[in-house]
Amino acid sequence: MIGAIPVVVCAAYDVAPGIKQFTLSRVDGAPLPAYSAGSHVVAALRTAHRVHRNPYSLMGDPRERDAYQIAVRRQTISRGGSDLLHDAVRVGTSLEISHPVNLFPIARLARRHILIAGGIGVTPILAHAHELSRLQAEFEIHYAYRTPDQSAYATTLLSLARGHAHFYCDSAGAPIDFHALLADRPLGTHVYICGPEGFIASARETARKLGWPASHVHSERFLAPPIGEAFEVFLARSEKSIEVAPQVSLLEAIEAAGIAAPHLCRGGACGQCETQVVEVDGEIVHHDVFLDDDEKAAGRKIMLCVSRLRGRRIVLNL
Amino acid sequence: MSSAAFKRESFRDDFSFRNSPDAVRRFPFPFAEDRYLYSVNIEPHTAGAPDSAYEFAFDIDEHYIAECEDRRITLAQDPHRYVTMPHMMDAQWDILELLMESLARDYPAHFTLLKDGDRWTWINRPLDIHDSFIFGDAASLQREPFDYIARQAQGDFVLLDQRDGDLWADAGMVTSQADWSMAFDAGMSFKQWHGPVPMAHEIGVFDRALKYLLNLQQGQPVRRLNWTMTVNPRLDTSPENYHLWGPDRATITADNVGRLIHLRVELQALFRLPRSNGVVFSVRCYLASLEDLSRFPGWAKRLHRVLASLPPALVDYKGLSRYREAVMAWLSRFEDGAPLKSGTQPQ
Repeated sequence: MIGAIPVVVCAAYDVAPGIKQFTLSRVDGAPLPAYSAGSHVVAALRTAHRVHRNPYSLMGDPRERDAYQIAVRRQTISRGGSDLLHDAVRVGTSLEISHPVNLFPIARLARRHILIAGGIGVTPILAHAHELSRLQAEFEIHYAYRTPDQSAYATTLLSLARGHAHFYCDSAGAPIDFHALLADRPLGTHVYICGPEGFIASARETARKLGWPASHVHSERFLAPPIGEAFEVFLARSEKSIEVAPQVSLLEAIEAAGIAAPHLCRGGACGQCETQVVEVDGEIVHHDVFLDDDEKAAGRKIMLCVSRLRGRRIVLNL
Repeated sequence: MSSAAFKRESFRDDFSFRNSPDAVRRFPFPFAEDRYLYSVNIEPHTAGAPDSAYEFAFDIDEHYIAECEDRRITLAQDPHRYVTMPHMMDAQWDILELLMESLARDYPAHFTLLKDGDRWTWINRPLDIHDSFIFGDAASLQREPFDYIARQAQGDFVLLDQRDGDLWADAGMVTSQADWSMAFDAGMSFKQWHGPVPMAHEIGVFDRALKYLLNLQQGQPVRRLNWTMTVNPRLDTSPENYHLWGPDRATITADNVGRLIHLRVELQALFRLPRSNGVVFSVRCYLASLEDLSRFPGWAKRLHRVLASLPPALVDYKGLSRYREAVMAWLSRFEDGAPLKSGTQPQ
């Protein structure tokens, strides 16, 4: 990674069943880069077999420069990254992180901000709450979780939002009602949603039906590169053929072959790894949230970090 | 560079500005080829050769004190050269931090930054400034943070807010510009403020450049060069003061062209700002007369070829129409017809 920052884990603890929080500091003790709320870092973790790289939202107070806080939920279907963080990473473990990148910033011209978090999606929302509180902006928080023991960050949100924090617990029969939450809002209001795929889609669809302008609806979702079928990629410019195994992403396979491919978030969100498709024998399975539906249907572009092929062979302009 | 090396000179009235031989050697000559073509000519702003204009993030040279003084005069006459909007306060602190940290690190003989938590002390020896303030508390400085620090730097600065998949020019201090106005461009989007540029829109330059800049990363600044020509070594060639410098273009003769016409090169750099998620666009202006450039005949020959092949729309846009022939005639003595190697090196 260009400009990678070596860090060490200086605290690691369970905050809820299956959710672990890590505190990262620079190995040399120097301050970490300042960042804006909504930023993430890509953490690289080396094992004997390969390097695991995944994006994690920075969830602390952006003014904190001594340490970054990230929280990781153990994935039910893991390619190894979240298991590794839960089982093998402990206080004293070294890893590398990228500089912070923000694909989910607050809109500084908004008159009012509505923050909506579902489950572990609360991590960037926590940073948003810190920043909006510092800016003395008008904001409110809506935090939904499945069971009471998953409400890890409710107390922090309560103290930041001072009376404007609302909690929704599925198991208590009190699910979040996006329609009630988004209807009849004054112009100049922006909404920020982070959570599971269905949660975000449902909130966005409700906002759209209520007539919210797309520019006022913000969401972030990182994807772990999905597991798929094996296929072959041929890089037209490098004249190189590479086998992509089921557990390995297209980007990872290209990197393992020693070819530098553009990338940034590695989670299908930023658009940096967009690559032209020259020829395809099979069907491209788009998993990213960057290309629009028309672009996905056209099949001329693919995001290397999360998308793959169901078929035999794909030829890329790389 | 010692303080004694900072020149006392002017960029207006008697135009006593002069380049030392060393300043000419390190001039960022922009033409690597005989033809000038528009392109997204952006490259990483990494450390260049020692004592080149690219050595550090922000280049400080022999004209430092005189340029700060020229900026002070321009701002006193027209305060609207400094524009900022309320949502840009985090970006203001970002640029103050970036400039102070860069200058103190790269020019320790001239600048010192001491930090005790949020209590910062800034010492600028060339300008005889020694101030303590609280980082993040605008009331602890005598000016807004961006206003305070941009007056102590060479070059112009525009702070861009990133939102709605675009960049917006929501703050700026601009006093050494090639005929554009910060007060006019304030609040514009990337394509709006590039509206007047001919030819480049059609070939998609701005679509590609915007996409690239929206993904600009912290710690990985980029740079490009831009150029035009200016009569007299005048920094403030603004639309606001067109009545002062526009008529100069009619004064060029075969006798004075080598002395009065300056190649004006802008070293433009873009940095991602950490707290605001904005971008700072810095524009450092370098001036060299045709006589200066002719110290290196390869440069004079190259410039002659570039001007000969420049499309008419660009000649007009850059304001060269009235004196291009005179410049070409003066430079033609360096044209020997032999091929020039690709590159911008002075020899």
